[in-house]
Amino acid sequence: MEDNKKTLLEIEDLDVIYQTDLETVHAVNGISFSMKQGETLGLVGETGAGKSTTALSILRLLAENTGKIRKGKILFNGENILDMNKLELQCLRGEKISMIFQDPMTSLNPVLTVGKQIAEVLELHNQKHLSAHQIEERVDEMLRLVGISSERKHDYPHQFSGGMKQRVVIAIALACQPQLLIADEPTTALDVTIQAQVIDMMEKLKSQLNTSMILITHDLGIVAEICDNVAIMYAGEIIERGTVYDIFENEDHHPYTEGLFGSIPRLDDETDRLKPIKGLMPDPTRLPEGCKFSPRCPKCMEICKKEQPPACRKGTHEICCHLYRKNDEK
Amino acid sequence: MDTQVPLIETRKLKKYFKTGKGMLHAVDDIDMQIQKGSTLGVVGESGCGKSTLGRVVLGLINATGGEIYYKGKDTVKYSSREQKSLRKEMQIIFQDPYASLNPRMSVSEIIAEPIRVNHILHGKKEIDQRVKELMETVGIARRLAYAYPHELDGGRRQRVGIARALSVNPEFIVCDEPVSALDVSIQAQILNLMMDFQDDLGLTYMFITHDLSVVKHISDEIMVMYLGQCVERAPSRELFENPRHPYTEALLKAVPIPSLKNRGKPREILKGEVVSPIDPAPGCRFAPRCRYATEQCKAPLEFREVSDRHFVACRLTES
Repeated sequence: MEDNKKTLLEIEDLDVIYQTDLETVHAVNGISFSMKQGETLGLVGETGAGKSTTALSILRLLAENTGKIRKGKILFNGENILDMNKLELQCLRGEKISMIFQDPMTSLNPVLTVGKQIAEVLELHNQKHLSAHQIEERVDEMLRLVGISSERKHDYPHQFSGGMKQRVVIAIALACQPQLLIADEPTTALDVTIQAQVIDMMEKLKSQLNTSMILITHDLGIVAEICDNVAIMYAGEIIERGTVYDIFENEDHHPYTEGLFGSIPRLDDETDRLKPIKGLMPDPTRLPEGCKFSPRCPKCMEICKKEQPPACRKGTHEICCHLYRKNDEK
Repeated sequence: MDTQVPLIETRKLKKYFKTGKGMLHAVDDIDMQIQKGSTLGVVGESGCGKSTLGRVVLGLINATGGEIYYKGKDTVKYSSREQKSLRKEMQIIFQDPYASLNPRMSVSEIIAEPIRVNHILHGKKEIDQRVKELMETVGIARRLAYAYPHELDGGRRQRVGIARALSVNPEFIVCDEPVSALDVSIQAQILNLMMDFQDDLGLTYMFITHDLSVVKHISDEIMVMYLGQCVERAPSRELFENPRHPYTEALLKAVPIPSLKNRGKPREILKGEVVSPIDPAPGCRFAPRCRYATEQCKAPLEFREVSDRHFVACRLTES
């Protein structure tokens, strides 16, 4: 039933490095995924897993002198973003794909009123040839949509609280009704009650405007609440993916996913002791051979240290781990 | 339990800050007790005064009013010399392991400094030996003794912060959001480490955090703060099973739970935001956001015991 929806974004074998004089950081190592229109994909992982790098690559916003996309394709509506020139990219960013960053305190311009900042996007991407008056009306509408009274459009960012600023950022991101919204830890800097408000609002807007969303987060609670599909990243690779039901209700998991779930203290469960993953994230300049998780894995076998594990599929659920190989063989 | 003198007790503790617009009530009339060897969790959203409370209890900031008792003695009246001797018994672990370590000191110097300053051990050899032991207990490899903070990742830095706090053999540690800057898998390592120390050394913690799942995991008793006041205090399990204050209830409901049980169900969402803590009106400070609020909420509130060791400041619990 989902198949009749159009594929919006398709990433094939994306490989991103950060090159400095001293070393090469392997940030994203050959990831592939695709998403359909209206879908919410949760990209989960810890610091350094390559989530933000993936997001920045989609918008071609990697730091110019260090970040390099070595290979791969990013197809948006069938067009390869990696082949686009500057002008085409400008038409893409903010209009078809927009992004919300983690820290609302630093992503707004402190010397422009919030109304001007929302209007700016509309002026730059003014394909419908809206008049100045119509743009003003649209600004008021966007502010109302995110729950801010339109009288406050003449205020500056510092006059708003953190939660309100993030609402303004969301209003800017959605002003042009983009097809894809990339939200990079949109609520991490907010308090829980404000986080609940913002997430609730994002969900409503998403379904109203039929936007697809990539939600980057480390919070499995938020994923359970709003995502349709989940991809779990570790050391620049997607090590497990599937629908939320696959991830939260199936028995089989990648050992890293199990470790992640064992590490979070839960409100709905009494545990005396957490089961953390031992060790640290591998150094991205010197990644281990074979499975990248093998040095920390409690179930590590000989083969894991040598061979890159294949993707083992079971319906919509995919796990990259040698443990599940036998289930996969025909 | 009740006959024991609590390790830490505060009565009507207040801390106001003078601002251009009036008095900011950061901590207002806080009464609390922490028994030796237990953990009091302090939860609340940003700006509710939880960090200020931690600092006032330690004497890092002077209280505006009220009393703080450490082992039954009022420390507010202490001379600065007596205050200083308290530092050996009370320590703090800070939130940001990036900002709380001196960038110009090596790991071993950072851990050794409190030992030297407080004259706990004399002689280089003894101090070095103690530093080595401490590094081992918190799980930092010996080869990192001469590393500088910028060479360490967040989890290791926080371990250095813990080793530094433990170096003077304190009895009481204020932990101010010690794990919020860390990744979940590292967070779990540090939480386990801290719980082990409590078991082994009989430490008493005041654990300040905004993360309800963490506080539930680590605390014996929990205090919920809103705009400088304590709105509810109860043993950990009781608070989560039977929250009586509407704010506590809303906080618990706002936490996303990593399971699909509640997926798709509409949630009650707390409206509005925290109002200004400057010159607040008498009465319940949560009332403007509370869905049960009535005219009566403007009258001054009483903090009352509704069941065994469960205290609430809300008109709803008055019969």
